[in-house]
Amino acid sequence: MLSVQDIHKRYGDHEVLKGVSLEAKAGDVISIIGSSGSGKSTFLRCINFLEQPNAGKIIVGGTEVLTVPDKNGALKVQDAKQLQKIRTKLAMVFQNFNLWSHLTVIENIIEAPMHVLGLSRAEAEERARHYLEKVGLNPQVEAKYPAHMSGGQQQRVAIARALAMHPDVLLFDEPTSALDPELVGEVLKVMQKLAEEGRTMVVVTHEMGFARNISNHVMFLHQGRTEEEGAPDQVFDAPRSDRLRQFLSGSLK
Amino acid sequence: MTVLETLQTYWQAYLYNDGSQMSGLAMTLWLLVLSLAIGFAMALVLATARVSQYKALSIPVRVYSYVFRGTPLYVQLLLIYSGIYGITFVQKTELLSMFFRNGFNCAVLAFALNTCAYTTEIFVGAIRNIPYGEVEAARAFGMSWFTLYRRIILPSALRRALPMYSNEVILMLHATSIAFAATVPDLLKVARDVNAATYQPFTAFGIAAVLYLVVSFVLVYLFRIAERKWLAFQAPAGR
Repeated sequence: MLSVQDIHKRYGDHEVLKGVSLEAKAGDVISIIGSSGSGKSTFLRCINFLEQPNAGKIIVGGTEVLTVPDKNGALKVQDAKQLQKIRTKLAMVFQNFNLWSHLTVIENIIEAPMHVLGLSRAEAEERARHYLEKVGLNPQVEAKYPAHMSGGQQQRVAIARALAMHPDVLLFDEPTSALDPELVGEVLKVMQKLAEEGRTMVVVTHEMGFARNISNHVMFLHQGRTEEEGAPDQVFDAPRSDRLRQFLSGSLK
Repeated sequence: MTVLETLQTYWQAYLYNDGSQMSGLAMTLWLLVLSLAIGFAMALVLATARVSQYKALSIPVRVYSYVFRGTPLYVQLLLIYSGIYGITFVQKTELLSMFFRNGFNCAVLAFALNTCAYTTEIFVGAIRNIPYGEVEAARAFGMSWFTLYRRIILPSALRRALPMYSNEVILMLHATSIAFAATVPDLLKVARDVNAATYQPFTAFGIAAVLYLVVSFVLVYLFRIAERKWLAFQAPAGR
């Protein structure tokens, strides 16, 4: 479903990713953990080319994203159309929600299905209402603007917006990090439901509970490398590396 | 002549016709609408070019904007109306000579170029004010550059630009009062003629001032309605 191979990323002389790979089969829920600065968000953002990797391969549903090196040594996509198409299969949920602030909730959700996928308004609205219900939002929020909602509600709208693309893979970039502690639960509950439905998800997270209980594979990134990875039981209960042990003792109190 | 008599004699000239052509308020509004429409449409394109990462696109717009914001509109109008027509090449080229001989054309051209420069800067500011994450989200959802601008950046920027733009429109209304320099019979030109005929400057210019004021109020009111509709997303919750 998604294969990311040997991603390298440099900012100037500083190499933030030193060859990170990831394989996701349909239905996999992969959590990426690690301290800040470990490169985990950068890695996720390289998958849909929000960041240009310097080396590596990304294959989505059997199609490789075609790239050429640009003059700075970063990989540039050869064909913008191909990238746009692949991005529709990799819907992303951001730390800061990034809902389009001038559009109402329903307009946010139908925007890309209508103007990228080419759905009719009626079809798109039907999808939107279906997913709003799925993320547990009252139909009355439809006409609200994002700024008039709580963070938890906004993030659930952002998840509905991602789902409405009918993507192959959902990418979550620290989806609960910008939320007040009492709102984290409502978003995690939605994500748990999606995982149980068998959706393929890649989640960069600080929520160890989620990584441990919901995902079926955990990657621990440290200084731009995958320090350790495996099934959650193994990673959390029998960490092999000192780094991971240190990290876990700091975050699991 | 009392104020009433002046009004009785000249109200048509003040409002819409001086006996031979469109004049007064109607001419002022026509100038305003035309130059705003042209300036707005051009500013959309130029603002997009100005925020482009390609210097070949952004630098010419920057130069244009500095030149037109850095010189008085009155000078621009005189240059376009008297200056350009003074060039032999223009006089000898049928189409150009026809265009620049006409004071109204020159006034609209000068006003449009001027308001376009200011409007471009307003739009550029509004585009830069869009949270970057929203642009990133649009790209992450597979939008092409064109769709991104058409559906997200420009609609969002135009809304954010409304308060600044309403200001520009009012300033432009007032700026049209120099159209007399190109012999266009706008509101102030009528007032000057009435003053010359009656020797009552307070009445002649007072009437013009009241008319400008009324139009300004109407414009402010219309923009307030527009802001309520299109800027609702920025209003405090519960409104």
